[in-house]
Amino acid sequence: MYSSKLRPLSLATVVVLGGAFVLAAFTAPIDSDQGFSQKIFYVHVPMAIVALGGFVFGGIEAVRYLRTRDPKHDLRSYTAIHMSVILGLGVLITGGIWARAAWGVWFEWREATLVSFLIVFLLYCTYQPLRFSIADPEKQSRYAAVFAVTAGAFVPLNFIAVRLAEPYIHPRVLNNTTGGALPVDMKIPFYLALVGMTLLFITLWKLEMTHKLARGRLRGLQRRLDLAAGDRDAAGPAPRSAAPQVVA
Amino acid sequence: MTVLAANIPDNSGYVVAAYLVFLLLLIIYLAITAYRLTGLERRIGDLTAQVDAAERSPADDGADDAATTDPSGVREHSA
Amino acid sequence: MTPMRATVGALLRKELLLERRVPQVIPAMALFSVTTFVVFRFALNRTSVEGNVASGVLWVTLLFAAMLGANRLFVTDHEEGGIEAFLLAPVDRTALFVAKATTFVAFLVLLELVAVPAFVILLLEPGLSLQDVGRLALVLLLADVGIAVIGTLFGALAVQTRARDLILPLMALPLLVPVIISSAKATAPVLAVAGAGALPGRYLALLGLYDLVFGLLAYAVFDFLLDD
Repeated sequence: MYSSKLRPLSLATVVVLGGAFVLAAFTAPIDSDQGFSQKIFYVHVPMAIVALGGFVFGGIEAVRYLRTRDPKHDLRSYTAIHMSVILGLGVLITGGIWARAAWGVWFEWREATLVSFLIVFLLYCTYQPLRFSIADPEKQSRYAAVFAVTAGAFVPLNFIAVRLAEPYIHPRVLNNTTGGALPVDMKIPFYLALVGMTLLFITLWKLEMTHKLARGRLRGLQRRLDLAAGDRDAAGPAPRSAAPQVVA
Repeated sequence: MTVLAANIPDNSGYVVAAYLVFLLLLIIYLAITAYRLTGLERRIGDLTAQVDAAERSPADDGADDAATTDPSGVREHSA
Repeated sequence: MTPMRATVGALLRKELLLERRVPQVIPAMALFSVTTFVVFRFALNRTSVEGNVASGVLWVTLLFAAMLGANRLFVTDHEEGGIEAFLLAPVDRTALFVAKATTFVAFLVLLELVAVPAFVILLLEPGLSLQDVGRLALVLLLADVGIAVIGTLFGALAVQTRARDLILPLMALPLLVPVIISSAKATAPVLAVAGAGALPGRYLALLGLYDLVFGLLAYAVFDFLLDD
C-alpha cells in the first residue's frame, strides 16, 4: 500500500518545513552581502536539490523497471519525475525572483546552476508528451524508462558542462550555494529546509501513487462488476493516458 | 509585532513573493488533488449503487417472480 | 550467432547502399544547411561572420540539419518492416544500434564535407588555414559521435510515437546542449579573425566524456527499444 505512513510523513513535513522557514525568518542572520533577499535561498535551493534528486531517483527506478518489468517501478519513476517537474517550475520562478532581487534581472546567464537547471527542466518537460504519444501501455512504460535512464544520467553531466562554459561564476552565489561558506546560523535552517522539502516530496509522491492506485482499483472493480452483469465493455477501454496504467 | 515590522527591510517584497510562489504551488496541487478526489468519490458512488442493485435483484428473483417491478433490477435480468 | 562485427558490417553496407541508390537524407541535410546559411546572412544582417558568431552559426546549422537526419534514420525500417526482419535474424540486437550510429556519423561527415566549405565560402570572414581545418575536423568528429549517439537512440524512440518528428528535437536538443557548449567554445578561436590559438583541451575532454558516457548508456539501453 502506498498510503502507509502517509499521516506521520505529512505531519513530519509540516513540522520540519514549517520549523525551517520560521528559523530562516527569525534566527538566521541577514546576509551581509545580499541583505534580506538572501532569505529566498532557504526555499529555492532545497527545492532545486530535491527536484534534481527526484529526477535521478526517477532514472534509478526506470533501471529497476527495465530489469524486472514490474509496473510498480514504472509508476514510481513516473510519479517521481512528475513531482520533480512541478517542483522544477517552482525552482525557476523563485530563482527568477531571487535573481531580480539580487542582480536586477529575471534570468542570469552567468549563473551556471540556474542555466543547467533550465536545460534539465526543458528536457523533462518532454517526458509527459512522450508518454502520451505512445498508445500501448507496456511500450509506453518501456520507452519512458529508456528516456528516464538517459535523462537521469544527463543531469550530472549537464551541470559539469554548463559550469565549464562559464568559468566566472557570480562570487556571491558561489558562497551561498556550496554551503561550505555558510555560517552555522544559516546552515541549520538550510539543512532543516532540505530535510523538510525531501519529506514534502516523499509525501506528495506517495499521495500521488495512492491516488493512481485507488483509481486503477476502482476501474478494475467497475470492469468486474460490468462483466458479472454480463455487460461486456460497458466501461469501454481505459482512457488514453500519459500515466502508467495501474491494473488491480 | 511592531518591532518585527520595523526590522523588515525595504526589498522584502521579493522574499515574500518567492515564498508565496511555493505556497501557491502547494495550494494548486491541493486543489487538483481535491478535484480528482471528487471524481473518485463519484465513481465509488456509481459502483455502490450498482452493487446495491445487483444485491437486490437476485434476492427478488428467488423470493417471487412478481417482484420484477424493481426498476434497478432490470439490467441484471438480461444476464 | 553471427559475430557482431559481421552483423554491423552487413547492416552498414545495407544503409549506405540504400542511401546511394535513393539519396534521401544527405542531400536534404546539405540543402537545408546551405539554405540556413542564407537565412543567417539576412537574419543577422551580416555579410560575414567570425569568432563566436561564426561558431554559433555553424553549430546551430549543423545541429538542426542533424535533427532532420535523425528523424529519417529509422523511418524506412519502421515503415517497411526492416526492424522486424532484423529481429528474426539470430544476431546480437545491439548491432543495430552500432550500425545505425555509425551510419549517422558517416552521414554527418558527408554533410559537413558540403556544409563547412559552403560556410567558409558564403560567410566566414578570415577563411581557414590548413592547420585550422585539422582542428575543426577534430572537434567536428568528436561532436558527430555525440550527436549520432543521441540521434540514434532518440530516433529509435521517437519513430514509435505518434508525434515522431515533433518529439525528437524536443528531447534531443536539451540533451545535446553540452555538445553545443563544448563545440562552440572549442571552435570559436579557430574561426576568429585574430588567428587560431590552441584548442581548449577541457572542451575536447568534455566532448570525449559525453561521447563515452552516452555511447555506453545508449549501447546498454537500446535493446529495450526493440519489440519482443
